[in-house]
Amino acid sequence: MNTVFGGVGMAVDRMSFVVFNGTVDKLFPVAIMASGGVAMNMEVRIFLTFWGLDAFRQGQPQRNFKISKDYEEMGPAMMQMLAEKKVPSWYDTLKTAKELGDVKVYACGMTMDLFGLKKEDLDPIVDEVVGVGEFVEMAKEGKITLFI
Amino acid sequence: MPDLSELKIDRTIDARGSFCPGPLMELIRAMKEGKVGDVIAVLSTDSGSKKDIPAWAQKAGHEFIGVVQENGYDKIVVKKLK
Repeated sequence: MNTVFGGVGMAVDRMSFVVFNGTVDKLFPVAIMASGGVAMNMEVRIFLTFWGLDAFRQGQPQRNFKISKDYEEMGPAMMQMLAEKKVPSWYDTLKTAKELGDVKVYACGMTMDLFGLKKEDLDPIVDEVVGVGEFVEMAKEGKITLFI
Repeated sequence: MPDLSELKIDRTIDARGSFCPGPLMELIRAMKEGKVGDVIAVLSTDSGSKKDIPAWAQKAGHEFIGVVQENGYDKIVVKKLK
């Protein structure tokens, strides 16, 4: 693992995400903020847990069109708007960010065990399976950590 | 603002119709592919680009040359410095 340690009180240019939600409307900000991080030359570290990890199961990025319950009635209209305006999917946006910058996507080990998943059950955009402690260790030196 | 009409543009990225962060990400890709000294113009209709691109150029160590408001879009010009 490539972890850069700062000194006392020194933060690393790192943006970390805990992605708990797996609905499209929540995955969009993950991909867009990650792109912003890449643009500003930050390391981006994404930890997928629960429904966030479910959204990265093999095939899910292409077939998941779920929207948060709060905005459910607006889902079809949002999907249509995104298609009409040819907005790239959250997945393609994240993939571009990963091609252009230092983005790592981690799967939560506990969720993997709970759902009975193996690394090969996940989309190849996922780099590796890590434990929560390891991720917190990475995030603690960063400047920005988001829970989505 | 320098006179951008006389500036030689090496590559133009037409990102019109593309939404944030599309134009910026296309520019970053073009910058990686380009060579030092290249002047790259991004055509953008998205409202974030004219703010995002100068901020990115400063952070990434490239020269932000300027923005020209064209008919219905912005032309944002940067120079690759490294």
